[in-house]
Amino acid sequence: MHERQAGKMRKVAIVAAASRQEEIMLDTEVEMMIPLISEVRNKVGLDQSELGFTCSGSSDFLAGQAFSFVMTLDAVGPVPPIVESHVEMDGAWAFYETWVKFQMGVIDTAIVYSYGKPSPGSLQDVLSTQLDPYYVAPLWPDAHSVAALQARLLLEDGVVTSDQLADCAIRTGTVDNREEYFSQPIIADPLRQADCPTYADGGVAMILASEGKAEELCDRPAWITGIDHRIDSHHFGVRDLTAVPSVRLAAQKAGVHDGPIDVTELHAAYTTHDLLLRKEMGLPEIPDIPQGSYPIKADTLMASGLLRIAEAARSIWGGDANRVLAHATAGPVLQQNLVCVLEGGDN
Amino acid sequence: MESNERLSAPLVLEYPFTRTTGPVIGAFFTGLREKIVLGIKRQDGTVLVPPTEYDPETSETLTEMVEVGQVGQITTWTWVQEPRDQSPWDAPHALAMIKLEGADTPLLHAVLVDSPESLEVGMNVRIKWREETEGHIKDIEGFIPVEETND
Repeated sequence: MHERQAGKMRKVAIVAAASRQEEIMLDTEVEMMIPLISEVRNKVGLDQSELGFTCSGSSDFLAGQAFSFVMTLDAVGPVPPIVESHVEMDGAWAFYETWVKFQMGVIDTAIVYSYGKPSPGSLQDVLSTQLDPYYVAPLWPDAHSVAALQARLLLEDGVVTSDQLADCAIRTGTVDNREEYFSQPIIADPLRQADCPTYADGGVAMILASEGKAEELCDRPAWITGIDHRIDSHHFGVRDLTAVPSVRLAAQKAGVHDGPIDVTELHAAYTTHDLLLRKEMGLPEIPDIPQGSYPIKADTLMASGLLRIAEAARSIWGGDANRVLAHATAGPVLQQNLVCVLEGGDN
Repeated sequence: MESNERLSAPLVLEYPFTRTTGPVIGAFFTGLREKIVLGIKRQDGTVLVPPTEYDPETSETLTEMVEVGQVGQITTWTWVQEPRDQSPWDAPHALAMIKLEGADTPLLHAVLVDSPESLEVGMNVRIKWREETEGHIKDIEGFIPVEETND
């Protein structure tokens, strides 16, 4: 039996989630998050003083201001004082930090949230600034170009085919059929618009609770039975861009293959990423059950990963699935990956 | 203010710190200023270009710098039809990963050709230096196909 499932880990579940995405949101980050945070607290009937830990993920580069997350704490209400933490990462990593806090045995409930609002500025500029500051960022490659460098390698090496990219675009809903796909102009050779993400503003909030408490707050808690995150080199040239060792290892450590997966929620912002992630995690290229939502149609920096986890939990709550996989990624071309398995508890 | 208008203010996205480049990245940049390219040997004898102070995969300390060639092969490429404002290049160009002779890892840079039609994986390109070099990755103006070097 896997270490993470061996019983010495505390059982923790997602018991409520709320999210919102729009292509261009006029509300401020605080205005966006207040209704979401209120919604999840109301769903479980807990106020802020009854939540043991508050953890968030966001980007100062998007907000254009240092410590921008401090302002967004107004959406939580940090007075009287709360126990709080923040990651300058996708909220999926705030989720991981919170899971660790549960394992420390110091909390029974927590709220996790993250948000990103790229529409006021240039997301491509922000994404360029996350690249190696000496060798790569001064050349200002945009994210689509970096994805295209990987895509050509995948096509040249036969890891994916153009037809597979077209079919993936159809499955994710960016085009209706192959004819439409192949008639699109190439925007970042060899990628077409249908291969690349559309960006959105948005946020997500969720409540976690440990065994004993979770059952009180939710009819069918989405139990975290495996979670792990791994990273590959930031050095482009060192990585074999046709493989993602970090996601393979994270999937293995999270126990993905210890049972059947009913639904996968992949943080794949490009068709190439979708196909590569499935291959690396040993998932069927064409899933039996489609995802709840696809980040390629609305990718929100800092929230897309946590939103995948929220979507995975929703499929447990809805009774549609019993064992689901959620994935989050950060950094250029799938550099860092988090894999999480949620279960409904059916036997 | 109309309800559908957004308040806006100018913001310059920048990294407002001064950094020292250290013994390895610094040496690489000094090399560029002298119009040579330096890599660094990894434990297994392969050469990492551009170099880092540590092995990006094993984290071992790396110290042995070696010069590599100025001709290399394109391992992958894409085409930039409309360079962004901050881009060092004004004209359409390719971005490519280029593995220099003597190096085992490719580096990212531009290939300066007029159209993507002439590009293919495996083609040989060489460095075109800027006339004035200052110890920066942009001392390399870009790469040009080996056949077309007339300078």
